[in-house]
Amino acid sequence: MSHEKRTLEFYVLAAFFTLFVLFLYGPLSAILILSFQGETGGLTFPLNGVSLHWFANLFERQSVGDFGGSFKRSLVLGLMVMVVTVAVSLLAGLAFRQKFRGATALFYLAVASLVVPSIIISLGIGVVFQQIGFRPAWYTSAFGAHLTWTLPFGVLIMFAVFNRFSPAYEEAARDLGASSWQTFAHVVLPMIAPSLIGVGLFGFTLSYDEFARTLMTSGTFNTLPLEIYGMTTNVTTPVLYALGTVTTVFSFLVILATLGAILYVGRRRARA
Amino acid sequence: MTVALKRPAIAAAKPARRRRLSLSAITPYLQSAPLAIILGAFLLLPIIMIVVVSFWDYDFAAMYPDLLTTNYSDVLGSWVTWKTYLNTIKFAAIVWALTLFIGFWVAYFLAFHIRTTAMQMVLFLVCTVPFLTSNIIRMISWIPVLGRNGLINSTLVQLGLVPKPIEWLLYSEFAVVLAMVHLYTLFMVTPIFNTLMRIDKSLVEAARDAGASGWQVLWNVIIPLAKPGMAIGTIFVVTLVMADFSTVQVMSGGQSASVALMMKNQMSLLQYPAAAANAVVLLVLVLLMVAGILRIVDIRKEL
Repeated sequence: MSHEKRTLEFYVLAAFFTLFVLFLYGPLSAILILSFQGETGGLTFPLNGVSLHWFANLFERQSVGDFGGSFKRSLVLGLMVMVVTVAVSLLAGLAFRQKFRGATALFYLAVASLVVPSIIISLGIGVVFQQIGFRPAWYTSAFGAHLTWTLPFGVLIMFAVFNRFSPAYEEAARDLGASSWQTFAHVVLPMIAPSLIGVGLFGFTLSYDEFARTLMTSGTFNTLPLEIYGMTTNVTTPVLYALGTVTTVFSFLVILATLGAILYVGRRRARA
Repeated sequence: MTVALKRPAIAAAKPARRRRLSLSAITPYLQSAPLAIILGAFLLLPIIMIVVVSFWDYDFAAMYPDLLTTNYSDVLGSWVTWKTYLNTIKFAAIVWALTLFIGFWVAYFLAFHIRTTAMQMVLFLVCTVPFLTSNIIRMISWIPVLGRNGLINSTLVQLGLVPKPIEWLLYSEFAVVLAMVHLYTLFMVTPIFNTLMRIDKSLVEAARDAGASGWQVLWNVIIPLAKPGMAIGTIFVVTLVMADFSTVQVMSGGQSASVALMMKNQMSLLQYPAAAANAVVLLVLVLLMVAGILRIVDIRKEL
């Protein structure tokens, strides 16, 4: 294919792709710009001057519920979900390499976790906690609710990774006298490290942005997405955009850091 | 059965070996236990609880264990519910068609027209990054674009194309569909891209050599091979739209309804058994849809 000249099809599709990317980023860049709106400006263009007023506004308690607190909760929850997702998905991925009773059922349970509407999980966990007499909180019920969303992604990714993983490397290690733990730690783990970092990124960002599952399960204190969701109905100033800009920039930083980590691991492996 | 028959024989021959064998036999159970426990506690148990609660009685203050079918007859007997279900299915169908069209062409362009793997990955990441940011923020971001005084309206008015701002751009079903396509297209792009990347390029060359035109190659070779990816993307998009309440609420400005939004309103009125009956109906509907799609594709093979 690579020797052929560019056809008309290429240019049409390239234009389509460009439009798609504009469609993805256009609105995001609009709120990015509008978050620098002047003090007298409103929710739409034009800009009435440029200021950091709305960013400053973000840290005043009265204009936005509890931005600092909800951000901290979302961050901690995201990290908790990330660690558990990576560990549990890795273990499950290893388990699925062998045949065991209930493997198919467990696999389809994970798929079901992906397709069951999030609000049903939210309602279900809320009712279970109510009936047991536990008070829902972001670090218990919401934590579990988030895991039902991040784990299937993690498990499916690990499933795909191990499907393509040749057992020859492990056999070679074993032939050279490595114990099964050594084989895992020095052969398998370094090879799947980039995928694990990817699973971690999924775990963190899916949790950090999730709110349908948090709705009934967060208890007294809101996570950041719930806080933003509440604001959409009652905040009519660009402070909403400022919040959007801050969380989006944060997400971008997380993604960049992850990609950096994957590249770093890959390069170190190439050198070794 | 065969395992059970073999084991005593080995045990008799070598007791030391038996211990290792039984350890390795339980390893997969130990490894999969955390997943099973978490999904059991936070997925299975809550769903069972919802089914149970959907038969309970309730008033404004509490729920009472019972075995009533009134919650279901209320759900299924009401004209509003049927309209809401139809509306949700309508959203699912429209968004599915649009995301499938856009998703296929984007994935096809990336897989067959971009020549270097590095460039493919860069462009794929460009598509992926917005999907890792907050859904609500991405919904809100349409307000300055579509609003009454938004970018599109002010441009159209300035150009003299319309006398006054178009009202149906924001807070309408159009806005809901647009935002859903914006939010969910990646779930179509990724699986289709994945299957397209695995198509052996020599198949395309063979079809060309046999005299197939560009469209014939696309229609008779590529699209049939891309079907599993399309099926997986369909599962994602359909289930996400069927479960959606926030996009409908925010983007329609309260003028449109979906099943999940109806549930959410019942939940905020503490009518949990009514919401639970709705949940069971929705769950059955979604699972039937997914089961239908799974008949076309074996997910385990596609991973």
